[in-house]
This record gives sequence, structure tokens and C-alpha cells, in this order.
Amino acid sequence: MESAGYLFTVIAVMTAATFLTRVLPFVLLYKVADHHILVFLGKYLPPVMMVLLVVYTFKNEDLASTGFLPELGCLALTAALHLLFKHPLVSILGGTGAYMALVQMGMS
Amino acid sequence: MPSKESTRANTSAKTSANRFVFQASLPVMFGYIPLGMAFGVLFSDLGYHWFFATLMGLFIFAGAGQFLAVGLLANSAGLTEMFITTFLLNSRHMFYGISLVGKIPNKGVKRVYQIFGLTDETYSLLTSTRLPKWVDPAEFQFKVTLFNQIYWVIGCTLGAWLGGQITFSTAGIEFVLPALFMALAIEQYKNLNKPAPFILALAIGVLTLLFISRDQMLLISILLSMSVLLMIHAGKRWNPQATSSPSSPS
Repeated sequence: MESAGYLFTVIAVMTAATFLTRVLPFVLLYKVADHHILVFLGKYLPPVMMVLLVVYTFKNEDLASTGFLPELGCLALTAALHLLFKHPLVSILGGTGAYMALVQMGMS
Repeated sequence: MPSKESTRANTSAKTSANRFVFQASLPVMFGYIPLGMAFGVLFSDLGYHWFFATLMGLFIFAGAGQFLAVGLLANSAGLTEMFITTFLLNSRHMFYGISLVGKIPNKGVKRVYQIFGLTDETYSLLTSTRLPKWVDPAEFQFKVTLFNQIYWVIGCTLGAWLGGQITFSTAGIEFVLPALFMALAIEQYKNLNKPAPFILALAIGVLTLLFISRDQMLLISILLSMSVLLMIHAGKRWNPQATSSPSSPS
């Protein structure tokens, strides 16, 4: 365990590094915000990101075995519930509840 | 001077706007509190005062970054190493900014705060939620960011404070975030009504995971997807017929 001073410095350094990743595009691209490339990316990047974040669920799974099936099944359940009930809480809590049940029964 | 009625109408509009933000961010709450607690419990093993976990939630406000910090602190890593690894780990956030430049109506402190608090989950809610007319977009953006950080700080604090005393099983609750992204992806599809970007991202994401890298999957697949998007965009501009108006014969 290091001193409190070291910890304060670490927090400051990590805060700066994280904030930098978030603020850079706003600082660098502010003047060209309505450039056609940024308008295009602004439209198509969000759906791409959302799908990639979903796929990211499988980063710890061996896709060659069947270990990813609980995740895949529960994501499918989430999607089905979402299309059926059109309410995010029903779908998200339904999918998560099913996943927790599977994990706690030792199936994942 | 505003009349009593208009003040009351304002207050009730504010209350229902708050309720809308709360409902929209509820899934993030179910994700951030247990996840923040998981961080706090790990952090408490290092032996520091629980208040430092609160500070990290307040200032760093990055899930993966804070988990990384526990590992770096345990190894007493150097500050330069910490800066570089944190920057690289969180560099995907840059792409969130790229698609939000010009879309944050707030100015001043609220704007800086919103940029500071641009996590995966906040970005997802901001770009996927369809707002009813009575909810002001600027207010919604700011409050979603704020509410999400409140959940996160509560989680970090509780975890570090309770430490190893937590005995109930929350195994699997982290799935709430993938489930949130799944639901929001469907919302995005309803808004856009074009399958192409979804198929593109699915293909690139799965191929990256299978053949390139698991650890760096997110960053690599974002870069690949963005390159493909830019090529498609450039192609459309070079070939004006592809983007011609609907009235022209096709």
C-alpha cells in the first residue's frame, strides 16, 4: 500500500487520461462539426457502436465451444421481449434475470 | 414575473422530465450499481480508505479504467505507464465524441460535464432514446449523464465500504449492460430503418473476435467499421448517381 499522496496523483493522472479521450474530438473537430463526413458518421456510427458493444459480450467466451450459448440465448430472449413488449425494462430485466438464473445454476 | 400557475406547470414539467430520465436510465442503474460495487470490493482489498473509491468514481468515471487502476495500484505502476494504458484503454471514447460533435446543445459547465461523463452507456442512451416533445434534449442529455454518474459513484462507494461483507449472489447481473445495448440496438434500428450498418458491424465484430483479437476487439472493430463507413461515404460522393434524389429514375 502506497501513501495517500501517491493515490491522489494516480487519480489525477487517470482522470486526465480518461477526460482526454472524451474531449479530444470536441476540441479538434468543433469547427468542422457540420462537415459532410462528420454528419455521415454521426448518423451511422451510433448503430455500429451499439452492435459492436453487443458483440463485445462474447470477448471472454470460447466461440469454438458451446460456452457462448447462454449469452447468445439471453441476448435473443432480450431482443424477442423487446420486440414483443416494446418496453426496455421488460426486455433488459427479462434477459438479465434469465442469464442470472443460468449462471447461478452453474450453466455458464 | 411568472404567474403561480406557470411556475407550477414548470415544476411539474420538470418532475415528469426527471421521471422520464430516471426511467430511461434505470437499466444503467441496474448495471452500474453492482458493477461499481464489484470495483469497490476489489479496491478495498488494496487496503485504502473507502473514500478513495468514491473519488475515483467521481473523477475518473470509467468502468474498465477503474478496474485497470486496481491492477496498476497493486503493482505500484509508474505514472507514465498509468497515463498511457488508461488513455489507450479508453481511446474508444474518441469515436463517441466524433459522432456527437455538434449534437450537444448545452454550453459552458454543463457541456464540459457531459463530455467528461461520456461513458459507453451514456453515449448509448443519448443516441438511442427517442424523446417525447415535452422533454428538452439539452436537459435530457445533461441529466442522463448526471444520473448515470450518481449510480456509478453509489456503487463504487458501497462496494469499497462494505468490502468483503457482501454475501448475496449477484453473479450474472453484469449481463444487464449487454442486454441494454441489445435493446438500444433495436431502438437504433427502428430509428434508422436501414439494415446495412447493423449487418456491417455484426460481421466486423464477430470476425475481429474470431480472427484478430479478443482483448482489443472493441477498438479494432470500431476502427475497421469506421474505415468501411468512410469508404462507403467516399464512394457515394464520387458516384453522384448513388445519392441522387428519389425523384430521379433509378
